Formats: sequence, C-alpha cells, structure tokens
Amino acid sequence: MSPEQWTRPKTEGTAGPPAATAAKPTREQVIAGLRATSEGGADLVQLLTPEGQRVEHPDFELDVSTAQLRDLYRDMVLVRRVDREGNALQRQGQLGIWVPLLGQEAAQIGAGRALKPQDMAFPSYREHGIAWCRGIDPTELLGIFRGTDHGSWDPIKKRFHLYTIVIGNQCLNATGYAMGQRFEGKVGDQDGEATMVFFGDGATSQGDVHEAMVWSAVYDAPVVFFCQNNQWAISEPLERQTRVPLYQRASGYGFPGIRVDGNDVLASLAVSRWALDECRHGNGPVLVEAFTYRMDAHTTSDDPTRYRLADEQEAWKLKDPIERLRVHLVRDHGVEQDFFDGVQAEADELAARFRDFCFAIPEPPPERIFSEVYAEETPQLAAQREEYLQYLAGFADDAMAGGVR
Amino acid sequence: MAAPALERPTATAGTQTVTMAKALNLGLRAALERDPKVLVMGEDVGKLGGVFRITDGLQKDFGEHRVLDTPLAESGIIGTAVGLAIRGFRPVCEIQFDGFIFPGFDQIVSQLAKLRFRSQGTVKVPVVVRVPFGGGIGAVEHHSESPESLFAHVGGLKVVSCSNPVDAYWMLQQAIECDDPVLFFEPKRRYYEKAELDPTTTPAPLFRSRVVRPGSAVTVAAYGPMVRTCLDAATAAAEDGTELEVVDLRTLSPLDLGPVFESVRRTGRLVLVSEAPAESSITSEIATRVQQECFYSLEAPVLRVTGFDTPYPPSKLEEGYLPDLDRVLDAVDRSLEY
Ligand SMILES: Cc1ncc(C[n+]2csc(CCOP(=O)(O)OP(=O)(O)O)c2C)c(N)n1
Repeated sequence: MSPEQWTRPKTEGTAGPPAATAAKPTREQVIAGLRATSEGGADLVQLLTPEGQRVEHPDFELDVSTAQLRDLYRDMVLVRRVDREGNALQRQGQLGIWVPLLGQEAAQIGAGRALKPQDMAFPSYREHGIAWCRGIDPTELLGIFRGTDHGSWDPIKKRFHLYTIVIGNQCLNATGYAMGQRFEGKVGDQDGEATMVFFGDGATSQGDVHEAMVWSAVYDAPVVFFCQNNQWAISEPLERQTRVPLYQRASGYGFPGIRVDGNDVLASLAVSRWALDECRHGNGPVLVEAFTYRMDAHTTSDDPTRYRLADEQEAWKLKDPIERLRVHLVRDHGVEQDFFDGVQAEADELAARFRDFCFAIPEPPPERIFSEVYAEETPQLAAQREEYLQYLAGFADDAMAGGVR
Repeated sequence: MAAPALERPTATAGTQTVTMAKALNLGLRAALERDPKVLVMGEDVGKLGGVFRITDGLQKDFGEHRVLDTPLAESGIIGTAVGLAIRGFRPVCEIQFDGFIFPGFDQIVSQLAKLRFRSQGTVKVPVVVRVPFGGGIGAVEHHSESPESLFAHVGGLKVVSCSNPVDAYWMLQQAIECDDPVLFFEPKRRYYEKAELDPTTTPAPLFRSRVVRPGSAVTVAAYGPMVRTCLDAATAAAEDGTELEVVDLRTLSPLDLGPVFESVRRTGRLVLVSEAPAESSITSEIATRVQQECFYSLEAPVLRVTGFDTPYPPSKLEEGYLPDLDRVLDAVDRSLEY
C-alpha cells in the first residue's frame, strides 16, 4: 500500500489487512507475524542500508543536500556524545540515574528534524535527541537526573512537553493537544500544525496508548504516534507485548501505520515528514513504528546481562546509525576527514560544557517544595511553608549560638 | 513472633541474617511452594527478578506459568489477577514503583475491592498487590510516593506495611493466605537493612500493631519506612533521658489502634509519623480516633510529622520533605512543652 492509500482508509475501502492481522490467521501467518515483531520484515522503509548504500523507496522520496546530510550526522554525533557523558556522570555519582539513548539516534534525529517550529512534541523520558532538535540545550535535561528539578525548559515556548515517566500517559495528552489544534482550525495545508508523541514498544500495552489511538481516530486529531520499538521494555522482549508487528495495529484503529528502519536517519526523516504532513493537512492520525534497538541498558539502574543475548547486541552493532551515514558521506559525497574531526571536537566541547554545568547546578532552595503547587495558594500550604522555614531557621540560630541538637 | 531483629540477641540454629529484600523473596518462595495456586505476576519479575530483585530466581524454579512476566500495563496486571482469583488462583502482583499503581487504580477500586460485597460473598478475590513505596532513595519523579491512604480509604481492601525483614517474611505469606485483597506496602528504602530471621518461629497475627520499643514519656506511632526513623529518634532521645514508646502500626486498614490507645493512656502524648502528605490521610484518621478514645488522658494535642501537602519534590529536596530524626524529636519536644 502506498502512503496515499493509507491516508484514505474510509473512502478507498480496505486493501485487506496484512496477513497476521487477518481475522483467522493461519499458523504460518501467526509465526510470520511474530518473526516480523523482532526482525525488520519486508515492510521496513529504508533509504540507507546498513552498509551506507543510498537506496530508493517507491513511496518516500527524499531530496537532501550534502550540507543537510552533514547536519544530520553532526546532530547524531553530538547527542550520542551527550548521552555517553550523561552515562559517565551517573557512574561517577553525579546523577541519580541516566536513561541512555545509544542506538536510537537516527530514529530521534530523523523524527526531530521533521518537526516544524509550529509543531508540538510530547516525549517519554529517553528523547534527548528530540529535545536537541527542539532547541533544548542538553544541560537543561540534567536537573531531572540530578534531582534538582523535573525539567527546566519552558514546554510551551519550546513546543516540547516535559519528560513523562509514567508509561503511556503522554499519548493521551498529545492527543488532546492535537484535538485542540484541530478545533482551532490549525490544520488544512502545508502550514498547518501537527503533534508528535514518543513512546516505546512496552508502552503499547498500556490502556492509555490504546485510548489515545481511539480518541485520535474518532476526532481526526493531527497526531503522529512515533513508537521507538527498541525491542525491549526493561527486561521484557517485544514478544511479551504483542503478537503482531506494532505498526499493523493502526489498521484496527482506522489510520495508517508504517514501519521505518529506526537506524536509518534518512528513512526516519522522510517517513516522519510524510506523517507530519498528513497531519498538518488534516489527514491524521498516523502511527510510525521506528524499528531500532536499545544498545545500552534500559537505565543505569538496569542489568541487561540478566536477560539479553550478547550476539543480538553484536548483530545490531553492525546497523549503527552513525556509522552508516558516515560511510555514505565519505563514499557518495566525498566528505573529508576534516569534517568528521571537526564534529568530534565539537562533541567533546559540548560534553565538557555539559559536565561542567552538571557540577555547577545549584541546589534548589527548600521553599521550592511549596512553590507552584496551586495557581492560587491555599492558606494551609502557606502555613506549612512558614512553619517549615521557621523550623529550618531554628537550626541556623542553633548553629550561630554554637548549639547542637 | 520474634521481637524485631534489633532486639534479638544472638542467632540460633535455623536463623539466618537476611535483608528485607531477601526476606520477601523467601516469603514468596515459601508461598509458591506451599500452594500451587499462588502466582507471582508483574513487569520484569521473571528473568530480571524484578527491578528490586525481590522475585530473583523464582521464575527459574517455578516456571513461566507460576511467575509471569506480564505486558507493561498495570490495569492489565490487576484486572487479570482479579480474573485469575475468580478462577481459584492466588495472584501476588508486583507494581514496580508506587507512582505506577495509578493506571491500575480503577481495577483495584472498582473490582478488586468490591467483588466480594457485590457477590454477597460468593466470589472471593485473594489478590495481593505488592507496592515498593516511599522516598529516600534519590529517585526521579513518580518513584517515591506514599499513596497508602488512598487505598485505606476504600472499603473492601486491606492495607498493610512491613517495617523490618522478619515482618516482611511473615506478613507477606499471611497476606497471600488471606482471602481478602491486600495492598502490601514495602518500604523500599529499607530493602537492604538486615535482621535475623528464624522461619521456625510462630509469626504475630497480620492485622495487628505492636509496641516495638517501650517507653513512658511520649508515644510515637509509625509504619513502614518511618519505624526505623522513630526507633533511631528514640535512641537519640534516650541519651537525653526521654523514653519514647514506639508503636509499629503494621496494619493501616483495618487499623489496630488498641496498643496505641493503651500507650497514649500511659504517656498522655502522641506523635504520629508518616512520609505521606498530612491532609486526609491515615494519620488524620488515627488522630481523630485517639482524641475520641483517649480525650481525658491526653496531656498534649496529637502531633503529626509528615510529608507536605505537595507533589513529591525533586530528590535533592526530599531530605527536607521527608520526616527525619530531627523533625520527630522536634515534635516530641513540642509535645512535652504542653
Ligand atoms: C506506568 C508505568 N509502569 C511501569 C514503569 C516502569 N518502567 C519504566 S520504563 C519501563 C519499560 C518501558 O519500555 P518501553 O515502553 O519499551 O520504552 P523504552 O524504555 O524501551 O524506550 C518500565 C516498565 C513506568 N515508568 N510507568
């Protein structure tokens, strides 16, 4: 099916559901579907092979200049460097936890660079690459993991919502936001608005995600569901969440679903652009499944040696999103070593700034506990704050008087 | 039932030193061995052994149909546990962190709590929901909450919280044996504190509170993570000659306030300690009942040391948010000033 067909499921009738979602799949179909949950499968949209070979796709054209390719490369290298630095800072006790992005750079940079300024994005907690594309300085992520705040950027101004930790919650919030875009008449042409929401394969089991898909469908909400299928929900493999490839679920809700090679930044960009364009023209929602792999632990608190196979990880190393673009840049665009060295130097500088910032984050003042709980503060809370600050002041007095408790 | 570990002098034959995490693991193992209808279910409870490793090794020994790695959905976990219980199983659900129980809240409140009543006793739902709860571990949002009062407010549920490894071992098994649904709150910041466990002793009853340190000056009552804090405060106060009587509530619904009333009648003073916000909480309930029952014995108003009525703050602020030894002692001083 072409993207054009997907966008008009109601008028064109159905072209027949994919084999594994047919009413009564044969045993073989079920098995084929299962395999396609953990292997890319024939439906995977790819524009750059793991060997760095540019290939064409009949439905997704992408015209990118060498300069744009370099930018995409730079984006990926920089966010990976920040990610590794975050990991190291956690190991050194500077962060309480870090959520690695390693291996998912192409999915995120492709999607993130497809977003236009007027669009809104709703992240989960691993979207450091999307944050980067929305103009969030990486240092603004640190407070969450150092425990000084719950996110320090302005979600309205940046059009990037706060990180969401409760799995799946953001899908409904994004749907509501997108409904608002439609109610306000902000869809209809190429200048229209769209919303993109990010979540994992595990999240697709949550009721909230199902409800979001129902709501977005019945209200024609301009929302792109961008699922990063990284094969694992902490220790649970994809097979623990689904029996069919995730993108195929969309047909059950009545909107298009498409699977893209999440380690291919060009395919991720092209498919995301298409999906967002569908939404801004009023043809949403769309489900995009970015087929990728979590190369590091789930978080720094996790121990993947308990459940993951080493050879699986080795196999995915060969599909590294950065390396394949590098090969393409060298071979087909004649990009010289200078460029790569320059990006590396820039990445190191960024990492150093990130690190320095981490050490310099001030401790939040105690009154922060009570601030902005309500638009209109309650007398009870004001009293609690007063009492608490007085209690703390008592310690200061004691200290000055040389007293000890 | 043995006294809390701290007061147990020496290890005897059959006893072993265990963390609370290990005690819970042993408790689950014993329950799985004892009754083939007991199931353990939740996210990552299989190969990983749970994010806190409470279920470590259980899937290996009991198989994938006794220890289920479920899809990532709390409403699904609780809702299917209800169905399994209707079918005669005794599911023990693990919720990964306190803040993630809310997607399952509907199933707990609408079905788990009400089925026995609705069916006039013909349907029983012996489900245990284990919830690692409370703060103090420096975690990100939604990983440090104390939602126990929300459940204690719901008729049809029982709510308990253990404070030490010995209780953890026994209370979990008793909860699994109980024919009513039990919300089992585990103080995650105490998971790695150790005690001597003797599995051959007779356990104390499940729905009973207990005096864990006798004293005469002020009664201090707490549960879960705050029991340790109160015992430490009592040790500190004793150095200044003030003897605190510490009550471990253990059960939050039904509350067992007999030992609290008795204690307050002797000391005339009560300080309640909980990490949860104060308003409309378990401590509100206890304060009301104590003033009803012990009005003529009270020398001071019932005081509370709790979290604040705010969302849980970023972890760098939790030290201020959570009651600590100093805040407990401060309340004790204020009580004694009356
Ligand atoms: C409602 C809820 N339940 C449980 C958790 C604990 N948890 C955090 S991440 C995670 C796995 C998520 O997997 P997936 O959705 O595939 O996203 P990924 O982290 O792999 O990107 C779990 C179980 C949570 N954050 N929220």
